[in-house]
Amino acid sequence: MNALFLLARVAGQDVAILSDHVESVVDIGPVAPVPRTAPAVCGLAALRSRVVTVIDTAQAIDPANRSDGGRRAVVTQVDGHHYALLVDMLDDAYRCVARPLSAGLTPGPAWAPVVDGVIDHDGRPVLVLNLAAVVARTAGGEQAAA
Amino acid sequence: MDDLLQEFIAETRETLEALSTEVVAWEAAPDDRARLDAIFRFVHTVKGSCGFLDLPRLSRLSHAAEDALCEVRDGKRRPDRALVDAVLAIIDRIGELVEAIDSGLPLTDEGEDDLIAALAPGVAGAQGATPLAAAAIAQGRAPLRSVRLNVDLLDRMMSGMSDMVLVRNELFRRLRDLDLDPAVEGALERLSASVADMRDAVTRTRMQKIETLFSPLPRIVRDTAAAVGKAVTLTVDGSDVELDREMIEVMRDPLVHVVRNAIDHGIESPAQRRAAGKRESGRLHISARQSGNQIVIEIIDDGRGIDTERLIAKLAANGQRSEADLRRLTERQQCELVFAPGLSSRDVATEISGRGVGMDVVRAAIDQIGGRITLDNKPGRGLRIAVQVPLTLSIVSTIVVQAGTHRFAISRQTIGEIVKERGANIRMDRLGDMRIAQIRDRRLPVVDLCDVLGIPCGAAPGNKMLVVVGLGAGDFAVAVDDVLDTEELVVKPAAPSVMATGLYAGQTLPDTGQPMLMIDCAGVAQAAGLNFTDAMDREIELEADAVVDPGIAALLFDDLDRRRRVIPLAVIDRIERIRAGSLQYSAGGLWLSIDGRVVPVAAQIPELAAKVTTVLRLTDGMVEVAYAIDDAVDIVMLPELAAAAAKPGPICGIVLLDGEQVEQVDPLWLFERHTRDVGVAPARAAPGRPTCLLADGGSGWMRTFLRPMLEQAGYHAVERLASDERPALVLAQADDPMADVSVGAAPVVRLRTSAVDTGDGSVYRYDREGVLRAVRQAVGK
Repeated sequence: MNALFLLARVAGQDVAILSDHVESVVDIGPVAPVPRTAPAVCGLAALRSRVVTVIDTAQAIDPANRSDGGRRAVVTQVDGHHYALLVDMLDDAYRCVARPLSAGLTPGPAWAPVVDGVIDHDGRPVLVLNLAAVVARTAGGEQAAA
Repeated sequence: MDDLLQEFIAETRETLEALSTEVVAWEAAPDDRARLDAIFRFVHTVKGSCGFLDLPRLSRLSHAAEDALCEVRDGKRRPDRALVDAVLAIIDRIGELVEAIDSGLPLTDEGEDDLIAALAPGVAGAQGATPLAAAAIAQGRAPLRSVRLNVDLLDRMMSGMSDMVLVRNELFRRLRDLDLDPAVEGALERLSASVADMRDAVTRTRMQKIETLFSPLPRIVRDTAAAVGKAVTLTVDGSDVELDREMIEVMRDPLVHVVRNAIDHGIESPAQRRAAGKRESGRLHISARQSGNQIVIEIIDDGRGIDTERLIAKLAANGQRSEADLRRLTERQQCELVFAPGLSSRDVATEISGRGVGMDVVRAAIDQIGGRITLDNKPGRGLRIAVQVPLTLSIVSTIVVQAGTHRFAISRQTIGEIVKERGANIRMDRLGDMRIAQIRDRRLPVVDLCDVLGIPCGAAPGNKMLVVVGLGAGDFAVAVDDVLDTEELVVKPAAPSVMATGLYAGQTLPDTGQPMLMIDCAGVAQAAGLNFTDAMDREIELEADAVVDPGIAALLFDDLDRRRRVIPLAVIDRIERIRAGSLQYSAGGLWLSIDGRVVPVAAQIPELAAKVTTVLRLTDGMVEVAYAIDDAVDIVMLPELAAAAAKPGPICGIVLLDGEQVEQVDPLWLFERHTRDVGVAPARAAPGRPTCLLADGGSGWMRTFLRPMLEQAGYHAVERLASDERPALVLAQADDPMADVSVGAAPVVRLRTSAVDTGDGSVYRYDREGVLRAVRQAVGK
C-alpha cells in the first residue's frame, strides 16, 4: 500500500499525514476566537470565502502542549466542515507504506487515539496522524484544561 | 394557484419516473410490502394534492386506487394479478392526465369508469389508456419552464459569488487611498452595484422564504375545515425565515398532511369543543424559527391530542404487535405510534386526510432530509408537532453586537427591541443573583453576554445596551457592550467543535472578511439558567382567565300576569306552543299533557291556564317542569341580582335590565316545589355573607340553581375565588371526582342527584331545606 504522505512537525514530533486527507496547506490569517469552546479550538478564520475552524493540533493531542504561535496549517474536511490544523513546520511529501504499530510500541495515552500507524522515513519511524481523530477530540465542548 | 399546479405537475412527473421501477418490481412480487407502501404513498399524495388543486378526475382515480391498496395493506385482500394490472393502469392514467393538464390538451374521461371498476375484486383486467389520447399527448408536451440543477453546482456558484464580494471589498480598500480618475470611480461603482445585484440573484437560486411554504396554508385550512364542518383559526408566524429551496420542496407535502390531520383528527367539532369548555373555533398555530443550527417548524393545535388508548387498540387489532408489548412503551413512544405505516386512528376514511395515513409519509420525508419530528401530546388539550430541519445554509437578517473584543450576530427575528441601560423608563434591579430590567411595565431577566461567554467586558458598567429577545417561551434581555449594525448574512452551520458549546446558531462571513458567529439566544438563556414555562400554556391560561365570566344567558318573557320576567336559558329545554286547553287541573295540581305523559306546570295566575298557548319546558336533565307564559321576548345576558327576594318563592330576586326592574324566576324553587312537596320557608341566615365556593367545575348547574337560593339565604356565592378570598365552605357534587380538591380548611358540602339517601353524608340537591341546613351547619351558624 504505497501512499503519499506529508511530513510535518507537531508538538515537537515528526508526523506523517496522508495527503488524501489534506485539501491544502495554508498560512492562516487573523483568527477570531470563539469563547467557551474546547481550549484547542483557536477560533474561526476566513480562507477566501470559506470559514474554517482553526485547531491547535498540539493542544488537541495533549492539553499540556502549547503551540508555538505558528500560522501554518493543513486544511482538511470532516463531515462537511473545514478545519485548519496548525502545525509547527511542514516538510515535503513522500511515498511510503504505512504499517500498523507493532505490539509494545505504544505512543502513550495522548497520542494513541490520533495515530493510525507508522511509516519508515530515512530509517526513522514516523507516526501517521489521523486528522479526523484530532478534530474529534475538540468536539466535546468546554473541557477542563490540564 | 398556477405555481402550485406547476409544482404538482413537476413533482408528480418526477415521482412517476422514480416509481416506474417500483411498479415493475411490484408486478413481479405483489406481496412486497415496501413496494406496496411506496405505491400507496404515491396515490395518497396525488389524492391529497388533487383535493386542494381541484382536479376531480385525478382525485377520483387516486382515491379509488388508494381504497383498493388500503384493503391490501390491511390484509383484507390479496394482491392478485388483476389488482396489480388495475392499479398500474390507474397510475399510467394519472401520468397521462398530468401531461394533459400541463400541455393544456383535453383528455377524454372515457374508460375511467372501467379503470375504477377494474379495481373491484374478481374483475378481469381493463384496457389501459385510449391510444388516441396517448398519441396526442406525446406531440403536445409543453416545453419545461424550469430546470433542475445539481445542488453542488449552486454551492459553487454561491461561494464564487462570496469570493467576488470579498475581492470587491479588498479592491475598494486599496483604491480608496489613491487619487482616482472619476471615470475609474464611476466604473468601480457600477461594478460594485452589479456585484451586489448578482449576489442577490445567486442567493435566490438557493434560498427561498418559508413564506412560499406557508402561503397556501390559509386556503388549505379554510377548505379542510369547511369540508369537515369545523371552525379553525390559523395563525402563522415567522414567514420571513429563509430556507434552502431543497428543504422547502421536501417539506411541502408533509406540512400539508400534518395540517390536514390536525384539523380532521385533532380539532374537535364545535359542539364537542363547547362541551369541553374550549372556544368553538379551534386554534392552529404554525410557526418557523431558527434555533441553533436548525429551523424549527411548529404546528400546534388545541384539539383533543393523540388518543394513545385508541392507537394501541388499533395496532393490537391490526396484529402487528401485541397489546402487552405496546403497553410497555413509554407515553412518548406510544404517541409516536401514529407514525406506524398503515395505521388508521379513524374508523371512517374521509376525503380530507384519508385514514390517518400520511403521518408515515410525513416521517419518511423528514427522515430523508435528516430532520426530526417530535410530538408533544397533551391529551384533551392539543398536540404540538415540531419538525426540526437541519440548516444547510440560510440568510438571516441580523443585528451585529459587540461583546468585549468580539462581534456576534443576533437574528433580528428574535429581537423585540433594543434599549440603552441608562435610558429613560429603564430601571435595573437585582433579584438575588439575577439582574432584572424594568422596561416600561415589563420586568425581564437580564443576561450579560460577556458573562455567559466568559470574556472581559468592554463597556463601562451601566453603559450597556439591552437587546430584548423573544424566545417563544418568554422574553429576556441580553446585555451587550454595543450594537453596531444590521446586516443580512448567509449563515452556515459551524463545526461540531463550535456547536458543542450550545451558544451559537451558526457561522457567517460578513463583507469585512472576518468570520463571525451567530448567537443562539435560546442556548444563551439556557446557559444563563433561565427557565420559561410553556408559552402556549400560559396564553391559554390567560385566555381562560379572560373569559372567566361570560355571564348567564337568560330568556326575557312576558308572564301571564303581564309582567316581564327572566329565567336562565340553561334550564329551558324548549319553548313549546300548545293548544289552548292543554293545561288542566287534576289531582290538586296543574298539568300539561304532552308526548303521551303529563308534566307539572307552574303558572303565576293558574286561573288563566285554559287560555295558555306557550309554555317553557324547564329541565335540569332529570326533572321536568313546564312554566306557563304569555310570550317569549328576547334573550339577554343576566346581570348580578340587584336584590334578592324577601322570601323563597318562584321569584328569587330582581335584576336590572336597561334600568328596569325585572323579576328573575327561580328554577330551583320550581323544580323543588314540583318534585317534592316542601312548603316551609327557611329562616334567613345571619348577615355577614359568608363566602360559598361553588365547585362544580364550571358546569353551570350550581350557578343556575344554587346561587340564587344561597344569595337569598344571605350567602355570597362565587364560582372562582379572588386571590385573597377564603371560602367559608365549598359546595361540590357528590359524584364529581374532581370535587375532592379541598380549599384550605374549608368544610365541604356534597350534593347528590338522587333523592334516596346514600348514607355518605351528601344532601339531595333539590332538598332546599336540607341544603341550607347543611350549609348553616358547615359554616357554624
